[in-house]
Amino acid sequence: MTTTQWAGLCVLAALLVFAFSGMAFSPYSLSEQDLNAVLDPPSMAHWLGTDHFGRSVLTRMAHAVGLSFALGMLCVVTSSLLGTALGVWAVWGGKKVDHTLGVVVNILLALPGLVVVLLFAAIVPGSFWILYIAISLVQWVEYFRVVRAVTQNVIQSPARQSSQMMGFGRWYQFKRHIWPAILPSVFTLAAFGGANAILTMASLGFVYVGIQPPLAELGLMTVELFPFYSDAPWLLAQPLVMIALMVFGFHLLAGKRV
Amino acid sequence: MKAMLLKRALQLVTVVWGVGTLTFILMRSLPGDMAYRIAASRYGQDNVNAQAAALVREELNLDQGAFAAYWQWLVDLLQFKLGHSLVSGLPVADAIQHMLGHSVLLALAGLLVSVLIAVPLGLLSAWRGNPLDSVLMGLSSLIRAMPVFVLGVLFILLFALHWNWFPVAGFGTPAHLVLPALTLALSLAAVSNRVVRDSAKQVFRAAFYQFSRVKGLSAWQTFRRHGARNIAVPVVAFFGIQLVSMIEGIVMIESLFSWPGIGHGLAHAIFARDIPVIQGAALVMGVLFVALNTLVDMLCLWIDPRGVREA
Repeated sequence: MTTTQWAGLCVLAALLVFAFSGMAFSPYSLSEQDLNAVLDPPSMAHWLGTDHFGRSVLTRMAHAVGLSFALGMLCVVTSSLLGTALGVWAVWGGKKVDHTLGVVVNILLALPGLVVVLLFAAIVPGSFWILYIAISLVQWVEYFRVVRAVTQNVIQSPARQSSQMMGFGRWYQFKRHIWPAILPSVFTLAAFGGANAILTMASLGFVYVGIQPPLAELGLMTVELFPFYSDAPWLLAQPLVMIALMVFGFHLLAGKRV
Repeated sequence: MKAMLLKRALQLVTVVWGVGTLTFILMRSLPGDMAYRIAASRYGQDNVNAQAAALVREELNLDQGAFAAYWQWLVDLLQFKLGHSLVSGLPVADAIQHMLGHSVLLALAGLLVSVLIAVPLGLLSAWRGNPLDSVLMGLSSLIRAMPVFVLGVLFILLFALHWNWFPVAGFGTPAHLVLPALTLALSLAAVSNRVVRDSAKQVFRAAFYQFSRVKGLSAWQTFRRHGARNIAVPVVAFFGIQLVSMIEGIVMIESLFSWPGIGHGLAHAIFARDIPVIQGAALVMGVLFVALNTLVDMLCLWIDPRGVREA
């Protein structure tokens, strides 16, 4: 790991700690309103101030960051596993499998990702799981393409072929030859995938199609707090800074640029 | 060229089929009687009764099975029968036509401005090197870490609300175009200026480039004869990849600035659950996506006729 990657990891770890400690130790609940304390600046009682309903912004921010991480992680794990498995299978499973998967991938590639996610979000508005399924569905294609290309080279390498002739099983061949070859690319894709999943969720929240109130979500908080930009600029700044920090952390972690 | 166009045509068919199928499932999975919904959109909410619904059911043959309905629906789709908006009752095709013009205008303006920003900055940082290069690198990373709408919100706060230079949202005058186009352009340029820089750096270091300096051409002559075209190939190919982010960015920017384009229409339709408009907007965005990609492929082939690159 390079220095920038460590820096990215530190940023993400700090955000995770913030999310967990905020959810665990905050005395306020996510939707607890106090209309006597509306748009309060940060104070000892409310470290990040209160919003237009007098809700604790710290608590909401912690939940929102937690939600973003949860979605990002779930999407990365699902799409990388699916994409890698299918990518290897496409090479190993013979022409028929490769061809069938190729058709599926081409259909998905022909559609703009955000439009697919928006369509899914329209089926069940405000559902976390629909967002998760839609984003994973869009993201696995990238892993598939990269893994398939790299695997194709490895399969033909003398090392892999002699390993097969010595009678080693497929799982061993995968672990010994294919996995090390695809790992760096999968890792980079995963870091960018995490950032993209978070961006997509925030974007949908911002156009009111994603997670619905009273749940806290970074994009949704941005629109909710926007009308109060002149009375309470610190409030609007918080979700914006948080999104930027999360995405920046993932980008740093990825190291290489894609 | 022929093979490429054939491939793109195939992609176009898959887009229409994919979006059509997705929205069909969407339509079917919505609660409520479809006949009543369509009758409501045709005759107004107050004039809906069982008779009107039965009439619609009869006319549109709504009682047929899911598969037959699906087939009928695809046939309609291929004839560009997009139906009527459930909200306004107006034909979707007209609305799309209106929105498409605005989206294309915004996209072109954004792309143009992004090229104007990215190409000079990229060349400059390849030419000059540090510390300018590092500064621009940092700036690009910062902008990339912000979603498009954050950039837009910042612009609105600064240029529209604080300094009052441009209108906050809306359309009609050139002034309305400035902020949305600038937002789109900056988010695109933050990535493409690095690509221009990398490509330029590679060409500047290449043996043929050094040689042309040695044989006595001036810096400008060398750049014009040996630099420009070689630098352009990967850059143009990259602009093609960027079109993905353009389609995605345009949804956000149009909603933010109330720009009456496809993205704005799509977001609004989803919010109102206006399925025919969702379908129409999604369809047009998909078709636009394929068309733009085809255009880039053709452009790349024209700049570098040696062969189609896999972009």
